[in-house]
Amino acid sequence: MKSPCQWNETVTLPSKNDAVFRNGDYNFAYLDEQTKRMIRRALLKAVAIPGYQVPFAAREMPLPYGWGTGGIQLTAALIGLGDVLKVIDQGADDTTNAVNIRSFFERMTDVATTTLVQEATLIQTRHRIPEAPLRADQILIYQVPLPDPASRLEPRGTERANMHAFGDYGLINVKLYEDIAQHGSVAMAFDYPVIVNGRYLASPSPIPKFDNPKLHMNPALQLFGAGRERRIYAIPPFTSVRSLDFDDHPFTIQAWDESCALCGAPDSFLEEMIVDDRGNRQHICSDSDYCAQRRAIQSDDVRHQEVMP
Amino acid sequence: MTALLSGRGLTRMFDGNNGCDHVDIDLHPGEVTCIVGESGSGKTTLLNLLSLQLRPDAGSLYYRTLDGARIDLGLASEMDRRRLMRTEWGFVRQNPRDGLLRDVSAGANISERLMANGARHYGALRDTAIDWMRKVELDHGRVDDLPRDFSGGMQQRLQIARNLVTGPRLLFMDEPTAGLDVSVQARLLDLLRTLTSQLGIAMLIVTHDIGVARLLAHRLLVMHRGRIIETGLTDQVLDDPQQPYTQMLVSSVLPV
Repeated sequence: MKSPCQWNETVTLPSKNDAVFRNGDYNFAYLDEQTKRMIRRALLKAVAIPGYQVPFAAREMPLPYGWGTGGIQLTAALIGLGDVLKVIDQGADDTTNAVNIRSFFERMTDVATTTLVQEATLIQTRHRIPEAPLRADQILIYQVPLPDPASRLEPRGTERANMHAFGDYGLINVKLYEDIAQHGSVAMAFDYPVIVNGRYLASPSPIPKFDNPKLHMNPALQLFGAGRERRIYAIPPFTSVRSLDFDDHPFTIQAWDESCALCGAPDSFLEEMIVDDRGNRQHICSDSDYCAQRRAIQSDDVRHQEVMP
Repeated sequence: MTALLSGRGLTRMFDGNNGCDHVDIDLHPGEVTCIVGESGSGKTTLLNLLSLQLRPDAGSLYYRTLDGARIDLGLASEMDRRRLMRTEWGFVRQNPRDGLLRDVSAGANISERLMANGARHYGALRDTAIDWMRKVELDHGRVDDLPRDFSGGMQQRLQIARNLVTGPRLLFMDEPTAGLDVSVQARLLDLLRTLTSQLGIAMLIVTHDIGVARLLAHRLLVMHRGRIIETGLTDQVLDDPQQPYTQMLVSSVLPV
């Protein structure tokens, strides 16, 4: 008897990418074509049902769980020769996770990489959404450790599946209630749960809640991959994303009295750095590309003024 | 009088002889019904069948909704059943540990069902929680305390508040006074009697304590070996038992 798998095998599998890809030891983008196909199917389903967690057969990747095995598989399934890849970790292009994942795809695909958010077609991210607005021709891929915001409150997976199926989200609001009762405000500063498209509860991945408003009605396609938990979900372009709150305790984002010490940005997500042994501190942008581009423009302006007084 | 919840031929057997065997039962609005019987007689099985915690092997369940329609719960969608369970029904468990959220405050416990039904105003939720703590005679200053900091009887009262907060029409209780000392039992029974007469909700209570039944129940069902062997008004059944098993049950209550 012919199994459904055999039907797939009759299709010529190696894509046009393979012909020009020079690293003969590995398939283009590391994963085999069947795996990419399986991930793309899960992605299609995820986009069709915004916020719904689609199970997928996550593969072992050559990096530890928790370092982005989910995100890296999505990137591998999506990347093509025409793509330009940007990888950020905590907003920066030069941190360990970002550098290693970028060099992994450089070796496995030969595609162009960039640090400039405007140039990128694929952006794999951990813990941040770029400050600069994204476009409809860009895809943002999140690395997700815990895809289900209810997993700490309801340990039974079957019961959580029911909660999602029936939109029965009383329990997650109990967490908000309890935070306000104990701390006076919702005490979640990152991984702040959201309702996607008015239906599914989802984790935005551990981005600061500062970034939550950017999830809402974003022109870019946003994809979420959890490797260890084997789940994929998506926020399609221009989809409503509401952060959970109470009517009398509305959702708020972080704000700082300081501006970025390097570029002067008053509105970006700032990190507090200790800069010397006397405990002096500076606030600087966590999005290194945003900060660098602002400084480049500023120095251009200065030069411009010097040349043309 | 039209029944609120009716079971017809409800059957669920475990290992062929224990369980619940072709039981017909009607629960009426505003009426307190007690199921008594010895251990293993099938009373908890019946309670679980009626409250949709167990699927019957055979038999059907009908529920009369607020607008008077009679729905077959066996055919109702899981969505409808869950909505029913979190709005119009309540379930008070024998052990408050099973019926409470252990890691969140009393206020959050009381508010959970309201939030599941869409309440989104913290201040209003908190006021309701405080109000209900007062109604079940708990110190409302302890609204932010965890359930484990309350005594057993107080936990049981918290569980009752948590279930009554949505104004249910039907409350299921499985041995609500078991494991409480006698004075605490008396206070809880007193509270239950006041609340049910004030709110006019139907209750189904499973107990092996004839005293509890005498105090609370309008109607009594006696179960033996998976079947209802005797049913009637509480005083009628207890004062003039017809079945030999019921006679034995009534006569085995120790006189004080």
